[in-house]
Amino acid sequence: MSIDENKTKAASAKGPDVCPTKRNQLDLATVKEQIADTTGPEYWRSLEELAGTEEFQEMMHREFPKGASEWLDDFSRRGFLKTMGASLALAGLTGCTRMPDTEIVPYVKQPENVIPGRPKFYATAFTLGGYASPILVESHMFRPTKVEGNPEHPASLGGTDIYAQASILDLYDPDRAKDITYLGDVRSWPAFMEAVKGPMSVETRMAGSGVRILTQGVTSPTLASQIKSYLDANPQAKWHVWEPVNRDNVYEGAKLAFGEAVETRYDFSKADVIVSLDADFLYAGFPGSTRYTRDFAARRNPDGNMNRLYVIESTPSSTGMKADHRWPMRAGEIEGYARTLAAGIGTGFAAGTAGFNNPAGGATKFDKTVATDLSGHRGSSIVIAGDHQPPSVHAIAHAMNQALGNVGQTVFYSEPVDANPVKRGESLNALVDDMRSGKVDLLLILGGNPAYDAPAELDFASALKSNAVETKVYLGTHRNETAELCQWHVPEAHYLESWSDARAYDGTATIIQPLIEPLYGGKTAHEIVTILAGQPGLTGHDLVQQYWQKQHTGADFDAFWRKSLHDGWIEGTQHAPKTVALKSASFSATQSMPASGFELNFRRDPSIYDGRFANNGWLQELPKPLTKLTWDNPIMIGPAMAERLKLNFKDVAELEFNGKKVKGAIWIQAGHPDNSITVFLGYGRTRAGRIGTDTGFDVYPLRTSQAPWFGDGAKLTAVGGIYQLASTQGYQTMETPVGERPLVMERSLEEYKKEPNFAKEEEPAKDLTLYKPQEFPYEKEAYSWGMAIDLNSCVGCNNCIVACQSENNIAVVGKEQTLKGRHMHWLRVDAYYNGPRDNPKGFFQPVPCMQCENAPCELVCPVQATIHSSEGLNDMVYNRCVGTRYCSNNCPYKVRRFNFLLFQDWETPQFKLMRNPDVTIRSRGVMEKCTYCVQRISEHRIDTETASVREGKEIRIGEELQTACQQSCPANAIVFGNLNDPNSQVNKWKALPRNYSMLAELNTRPRTTYLAEIRNPNPELQSGLQSKTEALVPEAELQAERT
Amino acid sequence: MQIFPRSANAIARASLVLTVVVVGGLLSGLMLLERTPYITNAGIRKAQPVPFSHQHHVTGLGIDCRYCHTSVETSSFAGIPPTKTCMNCHAQIWTNAAYLEPVRESFRSGRSLEWTRVNQLPNFVYFNHSIHINKGVGCNTCHGPIDQMPLVYQYASLQMEFCLDCHRNTEKYIRPREQVFNMRYQPPSNDLMGVHEVAFNGKTYSDQESLGKALHEQYNVRSVKDITSCNTCHR
Repeated sequence: MSIDENKTKAASAKGPDVCPTKRNQLDLATVKEQIADTTGPEYWRSLEELAGTEEFQEMMHREFPKGASEWLDDFSRRGFLKTMGASLALAGLTGCTRMPDTEIVPYVKQPENVIPGRPKFYATAFTLGGYASPILVESHMFRPTKVEGNPEHPASLGGTDIYAQASILDLYDPDRAKDITYLGDVRSWPAFMEAVKGPMSVETRMAGSGVRILTQGVTSPTLASQIKSYLDANPQAKWHVWEPVNRDNVYEGAKLAFGEAVETRYDFSKADVIVSLDADFLYAGFPGSTRYTRDFAARRNPDGNMNRLYVIESTPSSTGMKADHRWPMRAGEIEGYARTLAAGIGTGFAAGTAGFNNPAGGATKFDKTVATDLSGHRGSSIVIAGDHQPPSVHAIAHAMNQALGNVGQTVFYSEPVDANPVKRGESLNALVDDMRSGKVDLLLILGGNPAYDAPAELDFASALKSNAVETKVYLGTHRNETAELCQWHVPEAHYLESWSDARAYDGTATIIQPLIEPLYGGKTAHEIVTILAGQPGLTGHDLVQQYWQKQHTGADFDAFWRKSLHDGWIEGTQHAPKTVALKSASFSATQSMPASGFELNFRRDPSIYDGRFANNGWLQELPKPLTKLTWDNPIMIGPAMAERLKLNFKDVAELEFNGKKVKGAIWIQAGHPDNSITVFLGYGRTRAGRIGTDTGFDVYPLRTSQAPWFGDGAKLTAVGGIYQLASTQGYQTMETPVGERPLVMERSLEEYKKEPNFAKEEEPAKDLTLYKPQEFPYEKEAYSWGMAIDLNSCVGCNNCIVACQSENNIAVVGKEQTLKGRHMHWLRVDAYYNGPRDNPKGFFQPVPCMQCENAPCELVCPVQATIHSSEGLNDMVYNRCVGTRYCSNNCPYKVRRFNFLLFQDWETPQFKLMRNPDVTIRSRGVMEKCTYCVQRISEHRIDTETASVREGKEIRIGEELQTACQQSCPANAIVFGNLNDPNSQVNKWKALPRNYSMLAELNTRPRTTYLAEIRNPNPELQSGLQSKTEALVPEAELQAERT
Repeated sequence: MQIFPRSANAIARASLVLTVVVVGGLLSGLMLLERTPYITNAGIRKAQPVPFSHQHHVTGLGIDCRYCHTSVETSSFAGIPPTKTCMNCHAQIWTNAAYLEPVRESFRSGRSLEWTRVNQLPNFVYFNHSIHINKGVGCNTCHGPIDQMPLVYQYASLQMEFCLDCHRNTEKYIRPREQVFNMRYQPPSNDLMGVHEVAFNGKTYSDQESLGKALHEQYNVRSVKDITSCNTCHR
């Protein structure tokens, strides 16, 4: 639906308003007043909450948003007939639950080592932009069902990111291309090979002068060697690379500083002080983010040697929210700031001239202090620049790291991980020139979607569409925008279906092994290139094995191969650190000072990246870390700018940049720099599939090679009307009246040292309850399960949500249902803000079911569908549930989710393969919630009990039992285990002084507790940065102030 | 004017009683229906591609359960033998039997045999064979006299009350692990029929109660409240 259509629909929509965030009600003046009066909560989730509007109050007191429990949908004649027909049919079936006969289909010859009913795990790697994320994939009878981190791989250490987690859904995407097509007609693979043979033989005679290969970022050593050997034989052929979210600036910056493109990697475990210049290094998509998050989070321990993070950023990010000091700054001003900082630590730069646009006016003090802090940590600090900052900023960061002696300590250089680190923009530009001038006869596009995401001024789509290129072959998983414009479309095998290899951020190579035969006969890039090289028939397996056979020097290749496959990486392939010398210490500024107009920033979308994951329902519905938006991209601006332009949430506005215009909906983001706009790539796809087509708006038409990440002179004008944005931020809000304990507890390191027990509250006496006394003596059990979540470690990366969704067969509900608050996530990550709206502090709090010992939900269930187990789990029995929803009404944490409609897809055969067979698939009318992954507990319990009987000694479940959210958490922020084992990790965490229960005053005795967040601000900066520090004032004083 | 005759009173009273009787009857009828083999499938033999006889293979030939159901001790699923297992013997014997043609056809073509499932649980129930086998629940406790079945049928109702009956009184049903696959196992008894003793751990027991207790201890069977918690079977 286009913006305009949606607008008219919204205007004509009848029925009560569903929730305040759905309306255009937020009055910024009220917000301002309310903040001045300090009646708002200290920790707020949205600007509505900060203002304490009536609508918000009502919203909070409702179990589900208004409209969620009413039948307000339009009822078509067809729908009515369908329902009536179904009701009639069902009427005859009530009381008759005869199960239909089903078949058991055994093997003809059972493969070795297969035990039906027990999953197996295989090591492989997921790639994004070429960079490998090492993973283990759970396979049930050769159906991959779940991605987990590879605990032994240095780039994962057990963690994953959202993209790797959600890639399972891509494998089973019913919209994937299923046939080789020529102009839309189905062809066979031999027919395809025959068809390209002709042009190929002509080309070979001309040294390949008309052959162009366009790939995405490639780190696969095998593919690179294949293409290179073809290019060696056919020197006129060319290899082009395009990735819309690329690292051009990183490599160009290295060239500027060192004269050669090098890969920079960081060791955050040794960094005491970190300065991020617009680098979102703790979020998926940043190469190495999984490992970086692990190392960073490990250094957030306030009882150890805690690090300090300064973030200067142009778009509020989850990394920025974790910062001890965060400074919103327009992207164009960051270079000036970097120069000032560099001058401060003595690298010989003239101080920058950027006029810092900050309200507190503490810029000079700020950067002096940061410089001092950095200089005080020589060899144990990191300056890291973001991928979207220009090369000069990267060069300055390199110079600073050199001057601080960090190189070799916390910062390492090595040869590029990318096999062909050409500048993406230039490479594609050259290709388009050749295409237009008719130099290209055979174009092979191996993956990617350039017709959608190429820089606007190249107009790649029209160049591709024209007849200048004779034969166009596209290898891709979907029949997307690019496939439409090529004659040949070969379906690409998913990485879980193919043999390949790839390098992680540190160069370590992993062999990608298939978990399943290609579902639709997909091919890999390797196989396409074999046709070029005139060696068809070679499989991916042959090619990868041949390549590594050549690399392997030892005698026993078979053992080496098996070990590499088993471990998930190849020993000794990590890139060795390289010594590079700084060429000069002064780099000319690439960025002129901001001109008039607004600055426009392009960013990868936190959920669907550059658009390639647009058809992935899990990612589309994943609330983005700060906005909690789903299914859409907004035009993001700061509160002050919104006020000046009289723009409001969800207003449709027209964004003009470089003479091009797009329309989108406004989102006001606390902490966004003023006079700056951020838009997110990846939406507005026209041929993504049933999920991704026509969600959000496309900003690629505004993006050019000159300003790939940011540029000046954007105009923003309201055009009237409202566009519905589905943000979950206002939903599932817990009630904490002003003056009560906040839900997230936070202190600075200094305060924590003085008063480590600040988070502890005297819990009401155990028996001080109207509930029936504790049914089971938990302490006498072998196990009683509990969880602790470290708010200090959590970086809000959302990985746990997707992991939970994958493990527990959680349904996707769609934008319309999300707007009604009917999304089904068992685990949510709440974002809280504290402080001034222009630069607040941010907090992330993952909230699963608390598994209360005094569970309020259990008492109100009329059918005992939710009751306690002897080990303290709050069990949910789906087959008993009749859907009264009393339980969720009575849940103070709002973690219960109800199947208002039939959200599960029972029909699509692909999804039947995907689901976890150990978890019940819930149907309509049933309540569900986090179970602490009870299927994993059962599995481990059965295994240990069996082993105990067999071996005649008692064996207990240990730390190997991990919940899905815990297993793949890159930050190690979640610990789950046995509370009756005094040595368990969870008990160690719960014994920490920072441990507290959320809403402890209700005496629910939650089994899930939190470790309070500790920030490590620079004592010299504290006063300048926090204008609203009431939250840090002791509670008693605050009370006194109010009365 | 009187519309209703005097007899209407009697009819009204009778209809009140009748309503209770009819509604009650209907309800109890439904409850009974729910427990009949029509719904539970207990005792019903289903058509199979090959009329495989457990009686012949187990009682007649003495083949152990685990020869075919290989994963019963290690997995939730007992395992249905691949065609290859059948062919281990039937490549040598009964090679021309007409009713074994589907087996040979499957082996030739590589297409699986499709057996009709006999013991079926609802999708929200997660039963695990390995834990029951390892804790001393005999095959025939749930599967009945499978060694006497020419064509296999579901023995028990497999309704929740059937499972709970054992989960609430495990010591009544448990047996030594060595006896789990013994189809002729008799629990210890001491009655008019005479004394039947069962040996376990060097002792002999003549009543199930004391044997059950000893086994409970030895196998560390979890308490009733543990194994009747919902999440034992439902997830």
